[in-house]
Amino acid sequence: MAEQLPEHPDFLWRTPEPKKSYDVVIVGGGGHGLATAHYLAKNHGITNVAVVEKGWLAGGNMARNTTLIRSNYLWDESAAIYEHSLTLWEGLEEDLGYPILFSQRGVLNLAHTEQDVRDSVRRVEANKLNGIDAEWLGPDEVAKICPIVNVSADIRYPVHGATYQARAGIAKHDYVAWGFARRADEAGIDLIQDCEVTGFTTDGSPDDGTARVTGVRTTKGDIACGRVALCAAGHSSVLLDMLGVPAPLQSHPLQALVSELLEPVHPTIVMSNAVHVYVSQAHKGELVMGAGVDSYNGYGQRGAFHIIERQMAAAVELFPVFARAHLLRSWGGIVDVTPDASPIVGHTPYENVYLNCGWGTGGFKATPGIGWCLADTVANGRPHPYVAPFALDRFVTGALVDEHGAAAVAH
Amino acid sequence: MQLIHCPWCGPREEVEFHYGGQAGVAYPADPAVLSDEEWARYVFVRDNPKGRFEERWSHSAGCRRWFTAVRDTVTYRFER
Amino acid sequence: MSRVDGYGRIDRSRTLTFTFDGEQYAGHPGDTLASALLANGVRRVGTSVKLDRPRGITAAWSEDPTGLVQVEEPFPEPMLLATTVDLVDGLVARGLGGRGRLAEVPDTARYDRRYTHCETLVIGAGPAGLLAARTAARRGDRVVLVDDRPAAGGSLLGTERICGRSAFDFVADTVAELRADPDVRILPRTTAFGHYDDGFVLALERRTDHLAQPPRDVSRQRVWRIRAGHVVVATGAHERPIVVEDNDRPGIMLAASARDLLHRYGVLVGREIVVFTTDDAAYDAAADLERAGARVTVVDPRPGAGGSATHHARVVGTSATGSEDGAVTAVTLDDGTVLPCDALLLSGGWNPTAHLFSHVRGALRYDAELGAFRPGEPLDGGTVVGAANGTFDLAGCLAEGRGETPEPVARRTHVLWRTEGEPARQFVDLQRDSTVADIARAVASGMRSVEHVKRYTTIGTAHDQGKTSGVIASGITAELLGVPVESLGTTTFRPPYTPVAFAALAGRQRGRLYDPERTTALHAWHVEAGAVFEDVGQWKRARYYPRPGEDMEAAVLRECAAARTGVGILDGSTLGKIDVQGPDAGVLLDRIYTNMMSSLKPGRVRYGVMCGVDGMVIDDGTVLRIDDERFLVYTTTGGAAPILDHLEEWLQTEWPELRVSLTSVTEQWATFPVVGPRSRDVIGAFAPHVDVSNAAFPFMSWLDTEVDGVPVRLARISFSGELAWEVSVDGWHAAAVWRRLLDLGAPHGITPYGTETMHVLRAEKGYPIIGQDTDGTVTPQDLGTEWAVSKKKPDFVGRRSFARPANLDPLRKQLVGLLPVDPDLKLPEGSQIVELTDALPPPPVPMLGHVTSSYRSAALGRTFALALVKGGHARIGERLTVPVDGALVPVEVTGSVLFDPEGTRRDGEPSVR
Repeated sequence: MAEQLPEHPDFLWRTPEPKKSYDVVIVGGGGHGLATAHYLAKNHGITNVAVVEKGWLAGGNMARNTTLIRSNYLWDESAAIYEHSLTLWEGLEEDLGYPILFSQRGVLNLAHTEQDVRDSVRRVEANKLNGIDAEWLGPDEVAKICPIVNVSADIRYPVHGATYQARAGIAKHDYVAWGFARRADEAGIDLIQDCEVTGFTTDGSPDDGTARVTGVRTTKGDIACGRVALCAAGHSSVLLDMLGVPAPLQSHPLQALVSELLEPVHPTIVMSNAVHVYVSQAHKGELVMGAGVDSYNGYGQRGAFHIIERQMAAAVELFPVFARAHLLRSWGGIVDVTPDASPIVGHTPYENVYLNCGWGTGGFKATPGIGWCLADTVANGRPHPYVAPFALDRFVTGALVDEHGAAAVAH
Repeated sequence: MQLIHCPWCGPREEVEFHYGGQAGVAYPADPAVLSDEEWARYVFVRDNPKGRFEERWSHSAGCRRWFTAVRDTVTYRFER
Repeated sequence: MSRVDGYGRIDRSRTLTFTFDGEQYAGHPGDTLASALLANGVRRVGTSVKLDRPRGITAAWSEDPTGLVQVEEPFPEPMLLATTVDLVDGLVARGLGGRGRLAEVPDTARYDRRYTHCETLVIGAGPAGLLAARTAARRGDRVVLVDDRPAAGGSLLGTERICGRSAFDFVADTVAELRADPDVRILPRTTAFGHYDDGFVLALERRTDHLAQPPRDVSRQRVWRIRAGHVVVATGAHERPIVVEDNDRPGIMLAASARDLLHRYGVLVGREIVVFTTDDAAYDAAADLERAGARVTVVDPRPGAGGSATHHARVVGTSATGSEDGAVTAVTLDDGTVLPCDALLLSGGWNPTAHLFSHVRGALRYDAELGAFRPGEPLDGGTVVGAANGTFDLAGCLAEGRGETPEPVARRTHVLWRTEGEPARQFVDLQRDSTVADIARAVASGMRSVEHVKRYTTIGTAHDQGKTSGVIASGITAELLGVPVESLGTTTFRPPYTPVAFAALAGRQRGRLYDPERTTALHAWHVEAGAVFEDVGQWKRARYYPRPGEDMEAAVLRECAAARTGVGILDGSTLGKIDVQGPDAGVLLDRIYTNMMSSLKPGRVRYGVMCGVDGMVIDDGTVLRIDDERFLVYTTTGGAAPILDHLEEWLQTEWPELRVSLTSVTEQWATFPVVGPRSRDVIGAFAPHVDVSNAAFPFMSWLDTEVDGVPVRLARISFSGELAWEVSVDGWHAAAVWRRLLDLGAPHGITPYGTETMHVLRAEKGYPIIGQDTDGTVTPQDLGTEWAVSKKKPDFVGRRSFARPANLDPLRKQLVGLLPVDPDLKLPEGSQIVELTDALPPPPVPMLGHVTSSYRSAALGRTFALALVKGGHARIGERLTVPVDGALVPVEVTGSVLFDPEGTRRDGEPSVR
């Protein structure tokens, strides 16, 4: 007998029809939308809220991601929000009353070149000063934490060391979403599935700063609203096009895959940029891997197979014992990518519309953090300090938060 | 993996190509006269439609020529 | 023993020995592990993942949800289906309780991949597929026919008749005809596992596991990458069980699978068999099994179905009383009848195996008559034929294989997902131990989508990916919700169709072949000289050349000293080189570089910086003007390919009117900087006919000459601040020229140096390395290279971005030098920098920047560093703190040029000028 998955609650959520009007409509019933709903209710007492979802709850990237949670980002701005999120993760099981299988098993980011080493040390030192647990480990220490990593010097790109964040972890993605959904539902928030937004009714003009959204048009009818939060991830551009708001977003396929269930072999999470690997072993025993982003724009939730093959080659190179593990299933999500690989959060030209998008490959780990901050932003009508640096206007001023460069760690 | 038609070389495997995003975004005639907002629009903002998309590709592992193609971002199918 | 004479295609003349769960058994060539186990009376194969219930073989091939084994020998492989493991002598395996085990030693087997192209790819060599292949071959197509079983025939088991002949004769004739056609490739034991756009199909060929002694030169598995003009999916159908209480016991199996085991392997799954069916096909199985010696009772709730012996009832439960292995001993019917048995066969109809159609977005539609999802609108470039298309009669399959529309045949499938019983013991996904009760809980909790139900119950997520359970789960969910099945749909099929080993997908891209290694023309020399290499992109570059007893620091100090006091030589051949030609070459470069290039005179060299459109530095290097219409652009090693792409993109997509062509000549030129105050002596001796005086050969100029008939380019370029020449020569003559330079330099103590010394020398002079001292957020102004930013040019790529508010922020990070107060302390590269302090405040501690480069300098007699520091240019002279391993290291900010800031050395030491 190999596993003990927790039992789910007997009741999760209602299936309500939309009311005529809500104080807040959240567009997108993924992790971010559901977390925002939860914190609107919990932290701000705002419960006349609808979450409208075009498909099934948490059926987009939330259902398709590889569940890495970490906060060891380079820049102060990123570190602040991701660390806030990680702190929330650490109390989330209790907050949600849901067994989300949050497991802090640490993440190793491998370095394979001299420049990788410099970048890694830079990030570790920045993390420490930002109060984030981080260590730089040599190859021997890497092997102690994860004995199956090939740290031999005669592979094509030998491991020179790794950064290690011990508090990083994984969680069961569906359970996280359902935990938030259940809490939101309990608070009286309407979670409305199969309800696609087809347009917005607006008032005023963006030119004189009086523009506002008065309602949301959906496949289940028009819904009037006081404020709108857009949490549509890969489909954000579709919504923004309806509002005529240009944003620097490109939607790309991102693939992931799992193996069959295996006896425990991999105690931590390993990521490598140079040899593109990203792998953990989930609770049931399957190896979970993230592959690279497909180069072209795509909303198809599927990618090209050469990306998977490259990922397999990298995996076997770094983990020779994976040779006869089997690829069981691959799938694709739609990641909305920004020019600086940081999210876009905050005001839009519509006074009562708040944007949350551009999380790229990093959205899952941010779920509680952004839910908290976006709820605060929506409730108070001004950006929460942790999201303020991620405003849309940074592309105009040039004050980007460029997580490509030294911190170029996908996911 | 798609088969992409290079106008010069014919159908070739997707791995031979480099993607270039939206087509038809011209470099401004005089960037100096643009406002910061207009310049940011040129530098960073590209269309991201769900559906038909006119986009740039380069046959980077072949003839290295750039070309414009129309593709559906949902089905990934190229218009021929 | 359940082997029966006269059946099966196994070779009974030979016996194989194998071990399962520690017991030794015998089988025959042609057996699978499953058939051999059943032949030996082993019905319990493993235990279930959550509930620890005994599990056996439930289906005969890759759709089996239960018969999971771990192979231990010949090589450990986790979680295989006993039904698909070929029996070989010495096989050791054990049953699984849910998790496989990876080998602790590396897999030494080889894997590879092959590409093939064809007009028609046929997936599946059953009746429909064989005819489709034959039709295409006769049309003249190049045909590839893949089939996942060892021999063609698919569902044909020998009892059928085609055109009045035995089906096997038909199969043999068709295969023979195809084999004789040179344009047909038949790939048995090959599973098409993924179908992608434009007729791209991946198929895994299992080449050696069935062989007693695999040839060493044959890869174990091969991934075929097939690009087909037309893809015919002829993958058959999976039989569907009916969910009854305690339906998970060993001995409970799909009806057609029992028939398959009989005809392929001569295994009779029971002597006392109950068949519970709502579909006619199971009667074929019943008849065959009876003929082979079993007593068969058919239970069929459909009124009027079957013969007089048929019980018109429903099976509602099973028992295993007195059974040691937990296998079924009796079934209970809804009329109270108890039928003793040693096997229960289930047949609730068939699900077309439409996975490969679905992979390419083929839409499935629910067919209420079949109780199954079948392919809907056909896709361009592909067809689905036979049972995969929901055409279950043989004549219809043959017709569709020929490309004809078959006569419709009425089906009498009665859709029955489950019978009455205790939901908690009605297993839907046997591998996941998921039951009807689990679905009921999911629905009661508020779930309305099959995707939610799947995630809540985990149905369909196991090794078999729900091949037999998926549709039933949809059906039962629909019943519980009171909605039609078609409104729920089914979950999405994703590649791979069956599991594929990571190593097979990795193929040959392992070890040294994981990524190409690029080496310079001198690589052999470097190796012989004992160089330590570093990876720079795909290049192997010599980092330093330690002498006996030297570590890197000692070697680099020695190499640096040689270059500053005598002469050193570097293999700089990895630098990117782009030949830019055409009447508008200067115009293009003016638009790309931040400084002016068109004003460069032929014979001269200029340093330049390139930015992206966002104004951030992307590359730098020198440019040689060859003649009026030709420049040679040097890029960084890493920039070679991206910068060529960058230039091509601007040239082709923005300025196609410019008459310029670009060619990479990185590989064509080997380049050796000869560096140091004695370099003039070496170059003078190397090219005695060239006047190497400062006056005749000034800094930043170049010329072409010949040395012993070898064309050589000499350029006075310095990346060290020292008097230096770059000697460039074609790759063929590189080694000879290098050796010549070493010989001529020997009297001056010429010292080969590597990239580490190159980095120290340039850092002493404050020359940045793009990618080390920059990170994509650094402007030319930040680097202190405004002097290379033209004020005259109206525009160049990135210029407009310099005027953005963030670019004008005085607190931008700027490149400066850092001198640790302790001259012996070398700061780790990457260290962060904070305000001067003797105690860090609690986090978050404001950071001012980081150390980008840090070295011990022979010339300075101390350590030093380069760093990006907020407002750094204004902080020169200030002290700051660098936390290092818990200590707070005071450092002084300096200008970035620490050695010879006046630039007195580039023309040579005054004494030797």
